[in-house]
Amino acid sequence: MKGCDYYKPETVGDASRLMASLDGARYIAGGTDVMVLIKQKKLSPAHLISLRNIRELSLLDTSDGLSIGSGVTHSRIVRDAWIRDRYSALVDATQKIGSPQVRNVATVAGNICNAAPSADTACPLLVLDAKIRIAGKKGERIVAIEDFFLGPNRTILEQGEIVTAIAIPKLDENSGSAYIKHTRRKAMELPLVGIAARITLDAADRAPGWKESLRNAPNAEALPGMLEAAGIVCRDVRIAMGVVSPKPMRARKAEAALEGKVVSEALLDEIGALAASESQPRDSFRGEAWYRKDMVQVLVRRAVLMSIERIVNA
Amino acid sequence: MKKIITLDINHEHYEVAVEPNQTLLDTLRYQLGLTGTKKGCEVGDCGACTVIMDGVTVNSCLVLAMQAEGRQITTIEGLETKEGMHPLQTAFVEKGAIQCGFCTSGMILSARVLLDKNPEPTEEGIRRGIAGNLCRCTGYQKIVEAVQSAADGMKEGHQ
Repeated sequence: MKGCDYYKPETVGDASRLMASLDGARYIAGGTDVMVLIKQKKLSPAHLISLRNIRELSLLDTSDGLSIGSGVTHSRIVRDAWIRDRYSALVDATQKIGSPQVRNVATVAGNICNAAPSADTACPLLVLDAKIRIAGKKGERIVAIEDFFLGPNRTILEQGEIVTAIAIPKLDENSGSAYIKHTRRKAMELPLVGIAARITLDAADRAPGWKESLRNAPNAEALPGMLEAAGIVCRDVRIAMGVVSPKPMRARKAEAALEGKVVSEALLDEIGALAASESQPRDSFRGEAWYRKDMVQVLVRRAVLMSIERIVNA
Repeated sequence: MKKIITLDINHEHYEVAVEPNQTLLDTLRYQLGLTGTKKGCEVGDCGACTVIMDGVTVNSCLVLAMQAEGRQITTIEGLETKEGMHPLQTAFVEKGAIQCGFCTSGMILSARVLLDKNPEPTEEGIRRGIAGNLCRCTGYQKIVEAVQSAADGMKEGHQ
């Protein structure tokens, strides 16, 4: 590594000013991606500006929905029971990223700023309608997560801008979400395909105890039939897919097919097939395109059912 | 340009001059002679360089020395006390959980943090706890047994 300078500003403003005044500077937060790029000589910053000492970035605020400061690590999300109950998909993703050692320093914001097509937190944030708060020279702007990614390792962030927080709105109490990371091994792995779903079950006109009656499904395969019999409608359907296109994407046709409908076996097959048709996976050494498409079909069904199971078991 | 920082390692203070882009791993090994921390992949995949920082494990190859300033660092050298080796170290020796030994320091530190948080882990819990440490010799079985045995021994020791 060639020499470089290291700064540790204590406010976002100071960090921005440093970035503007230094040539060839790079922000570093958890560092688990930046350090690897430096080691691989893909990056050789003249200055490193650490964001770790900016206290406001380490806040986790639950007063209105959930606001995740950009300094918040995956480990903090994983061990937060309040988040696990409400935003399960995000916990599914954060607890499977890298290793314990990586999760202890890597930040959720860093995961999306790195913008790998395989970024695990991207799909949960897409289905949870997350918004990204960005500070820059011109002040603050807020961008929907769907508009944040441009392509592999590319985002809309302009020179010097800092993601300050990820804001997730409050969800209906009858909402559930899930993220399924499809991998060959259980840990230290990137997904072959990642699928997230979020569903709200329409509880209007439901007699008390409707959830309990759905809780006793003898197995997961019995649940679609029980839901169909109960006639419960799905609302606010979100389905997101990772690793199947240059950037994480929503499966809009599949979402539309389930929106306002009652789940059934036939419908689950249909939305799985729709999502697979919307995906554009490629062949890579990690997995072939045909296999990834097949897995989209399987996992969309599973993620939707898992989201619903979480609602009825809450 | 090098900067002088103070590192708190195994409850001792070390004043060292480091390059701003120098890793904690290189500082431990080449400047402080603490070679129990191993240098493996250098990109955060293998866990051989694991140390404990403020109570949690980190890959010291991904942490800059400058970022470790003011934090409490524990390396494998910090586990032994006047009474002798840490129960995890003893268990690793007794159970044959060490073959080439390259992963051992990191394994033991990950296991130490695991047992600090959960003194009675299940086998699944142990496997999750050491998920960030690769071993290419043992197939993990004897390592898992060693952690289990240390946990059992430490529990009895407290009673």
